[in-house]
Amino acid sequence: MAHPTHAVEPTRRDFLFIATGAAAAVSGATLVWPFVQSLAPDAATVAAGAPVEVDLTPIAEGQIVKLFWRGKLIFVRNRTPAEIKAAEDVNVATLRDPQADAARVKAGHAQWLVVYGNCTHLGCVPLGHQGEYEGWFCPCHGSIFDTSGRVRGGPAPTNLPVPPYTFTSDTKIVIGQEATA
Amino acid sequence: MSHSTTYVPKSAFAKWFETRLPVAGLVHSSFIAFPVPRNLTYFWTFGAILVFMLAAQIVTGVFLAMYYTPNAAMAFQSVEHIMRDVNYGWLLRYLHANGASMFFIAVYIHIFRNFYYGSYKAPREVLYILGVVIFILMMATAFMGYVLPWGQMSFWGATVITNLFSAIPLVGDTIVSYLWGGYAVGNPTLNRFFSLHFLLPFMIAGVVILHVWALHVPGQNNPTGIPIKSGKDAVPFTPYATIKDVFAVVVFMLFFAWWVFYIPNYLGHADNYIPANPAVTPAHIVPEWYFLPFYAILRAIPDKLGGVIAMFSAIVIWVFMPWLDTSKVRSTAYRPLYKQFFWVFVAVCVLLGWLGAKPAEGYYTLAAQICTVYYFAHFLIVLPVLGFIERPLPLPNSILESVMGVQKVGAGMPAGAHAEPQSKG
Repeated sequence: MAHPTHAVEPTRRDFLFIATGAAAAVSGATLVWPFVQSLAPDAATVAAGAPVEVDLTPIAEGQIVKLFWRGKLIFVRNRTPAEIKAAEDVNVATLRDPQADAARVKAGHAQWLVVYGNCTHLGCVPLGHQGEYEGWFCPCHGSIFDTSGRVRGGPAPTNLPVPPYTFTSDTKIVIGQEATA
Repeated sequence: MSHSTTYVPKSAFAKWFETRLPVAGLVHSSFIAFPVPRNLTYFWTFGAILVFMLAAQIVTGVFLAMYYTPNAAMAFQSVEHIMRDVNYGWLLRYLHANGASMFFIAVYIHIFRNFYYGSYKAPREVLYILGVVIFILMMATAFMGYVLPWGQMSFWGATVITNLFSAIPLVGDTIVSYLWGGYAVGNPTLNRFFSLHFLLPFMIAGVVILHVWALHVPGQNNPTGIPIKSGKDAVPFTPYATIKDVFAVVVFMLFFAWWVFYIPNYLGHADNYIPANPAVTPAHIVPEWYFLPFYAILRAIPDKLGGVIAMFSAIVIWVFMPWLDTSKVRSTAYRPLYKQFFWVFVAVCVLLGWLGAKPAEGYYTLAAQICTVYYFAHFLIVLPVLGFIERPLPLPNSILESVMGVQKVGAGMPAGAHAEPQSKG
């Protein structure tokens, strides 16, 4: 390749060179796709994410129950009247992730708080009934959550998210399924 | 490699082989006849110590992999099986686990030696950046290795570190589920971490070859920072550097053995002898000691994305050091002002490490924030500014003169010819 002799017009060889290169680049890029996709949650894991039914009757007032759905931890909290009042009496505008308590529970079931159990900072499990607002306190990096699972301090950027769930009766919920009605 | 060799094959077979694969000539020119500065201290033996540690980790790791089971239900048991049932399994595992810490002790000495003597400066920028790449690969390897025993610290360490990527706007959650292979850290995560933990050391070995290759172009830096100017400044690699390196490796092995045989769990966490439990986070979760300064920087920023960016920047900023440092003088021995800042920087790094192990509250957080600001100021303010305002001490005329004294060399040149431009190493 010391002294290539460039024709003024593109030659057949130029065309073949570019076409081959383009084909190689496109097929190379396409090949990356299956490798990257193989890293995503597999079919069995996705299938295991079917809704789960939870019976609320054994959960005493003030108690927090931990369960798993899709491998993720979920808290089901039977809130006391004082805890509900504390959660409802907050000025929503002062919150980092403003959300009214009513938007985080199902209508008529203010007693029941269902939230994901991993801190929205880096995924540790916050400890129940601890911290300034006696909601949750994360031991890893000090995030504080109130009795509605809303972030009130520390590095967590958002509230503990509410998973999709619905009441099938007054004492039963199905996690992973939103009310259709 | 770039230099021609002085190797002369002696036997007919050696001659026959050399014309077909000139590997003996390569070894001869790189590790036998290669000129090394005559004034190297023991700080220059850590490269050899690191090569030894990489080899030791690969050998112990390959044997551990024969008994380890990368499955969330069996991993913890298989590690206990190694400890209790496999012949000398306890030794293999303790060598491997403590070996990681020894590897990092050696690499931190190696890195700070490089900072002190300005080894990162021209013409060794590429050599240095390859070193930063090796360090990043080491961190990834060590992190994934720590996950494999599938104890409480393994599980929650994996959760916290993978969740760092969820701070990325928009695509963060998708990236994290691709890292996990699920909706949380679980069996698929453990499987892929094992696969990558096996792969990465060999990638490190590859980059090490490039690192050594890049080293052999300009040759080694030395405590004066001035290049080899004549044959009298240098000695041949063998026997001088070879024997010194081997001696240093043996002394380091004694140090290593002390940890392995006397306090094998000192650097670990008791919580990691509790099987992983996704429903309970240990009360006090801390990374391994070698990550603590970076962990302190992560926690110092009261914002999730900001903390993650600061932590990664703390390493990435090293890459720009050859250009941030405006001083032409390599060795800190001739930089009276920078010498003080260097030791302040070392103290700040140690302090950050200490703070990383403390709970993130009150004065600890404030101290970590001050240290984090200083850490970045060292690179972004101290290094660029000092090059302009500092008056360096006079440099010796040659390595030989620095060793023997001016009179003995008898060059008769004034010793005050300081801060000469050093464009060539």
